[in-house]
Amino acid sequence: MTDFPILTTLVLLPAAGALLTLLVPARRPELVRALGYGVTVATLGVTGYLVTRFEAGAGIQFVSTHWWMETLGVRWTLGVDGVSLFMVVLTAVLFPIGLLASAEVDRPKAFLFWVLVLEAALMGVFLALDLVLFFVFFEFTLVPMYFLIAGWGHGNRRYAAMKFFIFTMAGSAFLFAGILAVGFLHRRDVGFLTFDAGVLTEWASSPGALSSGTARVLFLAFAVAFAVKVPLFPFHTWLPDAHTDAPTAGSVVLAGVLLKMGTYGFLRFAIPMFPQAAVDLSWLLLVLAVVGITYGAVVAAMQPNIKRIVAYSSVAHLGFVVLGIFALTAEGIQGGLFTMVSHGLTTGALFLLVGMLHDRRHTYDVAQYRGLWKAVPVFGGLFVATAFASIGLPGFSGFVGEFLALLGAFVTSRWYAVVATTGVILAAVYLLWAVQRTVTGEPDGDNAGMRDLGPRELCTVVPLLALSLFLGFHPSPVLDRMEPDVDRLLEHVEARSDHDVPSPAPGVEEAEAGR
Amino acid sequence: MWFLENAWLVPLVPAVSFAVILLVGKRLPKQGSEVGVAAVGASFVLACGAALQWIQRVADAEGADAEGGHALARVIGALGRSVGRLGAEEAHGAVVEPVTRHTTWFQNGGVELGVGIQIDGLAVMMMFVVTLISLLVHVYSTEYMRGDRRFTHYYAALSLFTASMLTLVVADNTLQLLVGWELVGLCSFMLIGHWWEEKPNSDAALKAFLTTRTGDIGLLTGVIMTYFVVERATGEGSFSILAVNEAATSGEVGHTLLFWTAAALLLGIIGKSGQFPLHTWLPDAMAGPTPVSALIHAATMVVAGVYLGARVYPVFWEGFSIDDGGVNLMAAVGGITVIIGAALAFVQDDVKKVLAYSTISQLGYMVMGLGVGAWTAAVFHLFTHAFFKANLFLGAGSVSHSGSHHSFDMKKDMGGLRTVMPTTYRTFLIGTLALAGIFPLAGFWSKDEILLGAGENGYELFLVVGLVGAFMTAAYMTRCVYYVFFGEYRGGDHAHADPSHAAGDEVVEHHLAEAQDRHEDDRLPVATAHAHDDGHHGAPHESPGLITVPLVVLSVFSVFAGFLNATAFDIEKFQEWVEPTVAFVPVEHHAFDWTKAVISVAIALLGIGASYAYYWLGLGPQRLAERNAVARAGKRFLVEKYYLDHLYTDVVVGFVKAPLARAAYWFNQHVIDNVLNYTGRGARALGRVTYDYVDQKGVDGVVNGIGLTTGEAGGAVRTIQTGRLQFYAFLLVAAVVVFAALLWVAG
Repeated sequence: MTDFPILTTLVLLPAAGALLTLLVPARRPELVRALGYGVTVATLGVTGYLVTRFEAGAGIQFVSTHWWMETLGVRWTLGVDGVSLFMVVLTAVLFPIGLLASAEVDRPKAFLFWVLVLEAALMGVFLALDLVLFFVFFEFTLVPMYFLIAGWGHGNRRYAAMKFFIFTMAGSAFLFAGILAVGFLHRRDVGFLTFDAGVLTEWASSPGALSSGTARVLFLAFAVAFAVKVPLFPFHTWLPDAHTDAPTAGSVVLAGVLLKMGTYGFLRFAIPMFPQAAVDLSWLLLVLAVVGITYGAVVAAMQPNIKRIVAYSSVAHLGFVVLGIFALTAEGIQGGLFTMVSHGLTTGALFLLVGMLHDRRHTYDVAQYRGLWKAVPVFGGLFVATAFASIGLPGFSGFVGEFLALLGAFVTSRWYAVVATTGVILAAVYLLWAVQRTVTGEPDGDNAGMRDLGPRELCTVVPLLALSLFLGFHPSPVLDRMEPDVDRLLEHVEARSDHDVPSPAPGVEEAEAGR
Repeated sequence: MWFLENAWLVPLVPAVSFAVILLVGKRLPKQGSEVGVAAVGASFVLACGAALQWIQRVADAEGADAEGGHALARVIGALGRSVGRLGAEEAHGAVVEPVTRHTTWFQNGGVELGVGIQIDGLAVMMMFVVTLISLLVHVYSTEYMRGDRRFTHYYAALSLFTASMLTLVVADNTLQLLVGWELVGLCSFMLIGHWWEEKPNSDAALKAFLTTRTGDIGLLTGVIMTYFVVERATGEGSFSILAVNEAATSGEVGHTLLFWTAAALLLGIIGKSGQFPLHTWLPDAMAGPTPVSALIHAATMVVAGVYLGARVYPVFWEGFSIDDGGVNLMAAVGGITVIIGAALAFVQDDVKKVLAYSTISQLGYMVMGLGVGAWTAAVFHLFTHAFFKANLFLGAGSVSHSGSHHSFDMKKDMGGLRTVMPTTYRTFLIGTLALAGIFPLAGFWSKDEILLGAGENGYELFLVVGLVGAFMTAAYMTRCVYYVFFGEYRGGDHAHADPSHAAGDEVVEHHLAEAQDRHEDDRLPVATAHAHDDGHHGAPHESPGLITVPLVVLSVFSVFAGFLNATAFDIEKFQEWVEPTVAFVPVEHHAFDWTKAVISVAIALLGIGASYAYYWLGLGPQRLAERNAVARAGKRFLVEKYYLDHLYTDVVVGFVKAPLARAAYWFNQHVIDNVLNYTGRGARALGRVTYDYVDQKGVDGVVNGIGLTTGEAGGAVRTIQTGRLQFYAFLLVAAVVVFAALLWVAG
């Protein structure tokens, strides 16, 4: 089994699919669609196989490594651990759903090409363990996303696409510079050039390798790129525009997976490579996270455009993720990771539902909608349920993630956590208010004649909601696989910095048994 | 022991019923109501079984304790006579361990989050109350809600509501309690907004959810802090309620931490239990169907806060130094709520709103009771209040159902109903007297104990507050009874056409009346939906048995429930059964004081008398508010609910929604974006000089020029050659240069 290059398959399968679409004649859209479903579902299948084979606690596994550019020390190194596993799963789950949601898109061939390229790039981002390779994938997500927004979006789509592009690119420039700097500083110190994440992490985090000033500058370089992606306040303004004008599938993938590239980058690279700098500067990230949580919520409350409300809610949700991560405790990081998964499901579902509204009425204006629960009861019920899932009601996955993140943050950063708690109520304010305005009341005009969701549309939303509900009741499958690797990360940080991770209380089980 | 160990079934049965009703309810002959009634009935049986076994357990423990020579107490017990005060004191030496079961929900980095049950007297008592009231509400609703547009959904929500509350009640850890708490909030949202076609109803639902969630900030913080309270005491954090209480009483935890934990949890209580200043959602919650109001006010939702206070009482006891007497935050919040709630009840025309403000006031008594160290009294008041308040709400529902054409306006659509609705009248009157605290009805015993506790524990101020509250309670309830059941029937021809009403009243009241009209119109679709309804102008009549039987059952409890702890007759069963004996604080018990009891009953009678004189006999300054500016201002202040709603809606929400959000958004669009735009513009200008051809095709050129959008494969390659990516490469290089410089500086 070990011979089967499962991770390389995950990257190459969608890429091959993308190339295949080019061979299909444009006048056979049904073939194109079949190909798209086939490839994304096959990728999902391979991911499922990966999950069953994954061994919790075994660290980075399924590593496949080959020389890519030997003179530059760049290798094709892929590997997966508990931190990245569920990002891969999330990607694999959201893509077929996104495709299903855009079954009626025009120019399906080109659309599918970019979607599959995007999936390949995202898989690469979460699996790459070579910094240059990571950067290539990281950047490569931009191009398909740009074309998806510019080509299939609506409204001011070119501006939005450009803004998205420039923002993230500007951040990436720092990332690229940081990667090169680490690589060459390593060569100066040790004598050979490599961009292997494991080697560089070990070297960069070892005492004396980097002066604290250098480490901080490098950390900030990584942090800026990732902060733009998350997005953290004040780098977030591209997000609402990009979301609003993106096609539904684009929004789903953008919110569900692309944003997580940032938070994942912190966990995989920025924090382990520069642990002391991360600890020293954690206050900055925490402040931005808390500002994001409250600011995102306040701004969301006044948006007349329902898609922008959902978009700003992402700013707030991802604030919780960053809060959890930079609390630098086991619960916090796990809470952050779990929220990443949960947010992908619930916000994905919200974008799908909002997209369905747009399909019918061609507007995102909240004021145009009334009484949808009565007019389209299936939609109304799902919308209300998804809103409650999104605001983290117990029973849905959001609660587990946010609670763990807050609990973890409480240990090391009490006051940040207390302020962040207000985000819990603010989330309810803007989302339920939007829900109230759209689904309650008596339907009038065009609302009354709206058609309810069809089977295809149900197949997109219901699985996401069901997954959120399942994880809300039974989060262990995810948490248990993450936990060993989060602990490993924290041990690393503790060993390589003056950070004292409050020890998780051992023997709770004995205390319980003793009762 | 079977019932105690398997008490987790009590919440599980209605939870399953929720799923069943939701999935297949519409296809069942009675549209799902039969499932709901059966499930809650089963829960009730289970709860009764648990209660009996708990009583047995207490008796066993006392028996074992008495083994060594207190034979007398045992004989007394065996004879079934009430244990005397002396005997009870002895008995309280007996430790009755709660029955606990626990299983891990998930665990994470050593933090174990579990689900479990902690069944003790308090939990058993609540299970009994919740299942009983819920069962009666379920039965009552089969008639009251018949023909409703969302009958099945209503029953599904009712089941989930009950299940959530019971989850909270049996919880053995604060996290599970929080989960139940949030789900209760969700259900209240669904039920208050049950008729969401009309905006005021969905507004009310949203307001209830958001206001209680404001309190949840405190609860969430407080629950997390309980974990650290335990960690401080034992070195290992835990959410277990027993562990939290043990930690709080251990003396190992710093006072500051306990204070803030208590304060945070108190904020949760203030939100959920309608305490000042977050009580404003409760009267609006009357927008829901009346049986729901009964459930919310008597057994679920609002008492969740008081239950939380009773559950982790040692945290409050230590955190607020309740033993010291004087004033503390908890007692103050409760005391203020007693008065402000009661005062508002005087200016309501809507009978349900009178009851709503009365609930606020009574919840104030409970919180105040906890605050002054009268734990048993406060919990006892929760117990008795549940019966008579459910009784009153269901009574009001009965009146609107059969007597006033689905209106709740007692000034316009009721009056003189005592002869046509005799059962409703009698049960309502019993509820009123119980609420007013007239000897020997249920409310007398519990309220009197709270007052006694306040007086004896060094909280004399709150004794006065309680007495004033008692006067007001008796007075406003008498006013309410007068408007509903006495005088002339005013609902005969529909009050809309009656100009004499509005003409005599002041502007505010007119305004209010209009609001009420709307309120009433909201009911109309329901009214017409009623199959049995004999026309809109049908004569008032008594409600059918499905409605009156629950009323009778509740009024029986309203009369007799108080005798469980009738200290005057040396009965202290409630205290013996319910008061925890493990990880608890030394609350004091005081001997019944006849003088104080007589005074408090006299004050209540005075309240009734004053109202009687004013309304029946027409004594005193009638219509004072029309003639006297001060009185008018005072009334207006009350009618406007102390302007708190204005403060929240117009000032706070208005500020956040308009200036603050706008300012933030402006900052977003102008400051942050402009930085980007100018940077972009600058970079572009630079780029034009360096790479002249970058802008030749420009942004649009790239998009338009993409071959792929027209189906050509070669376009992808062409894209890479066109300008934008060159620009990108330029930026990369520029960044590297800047960066190299930075690194050099940082050294």
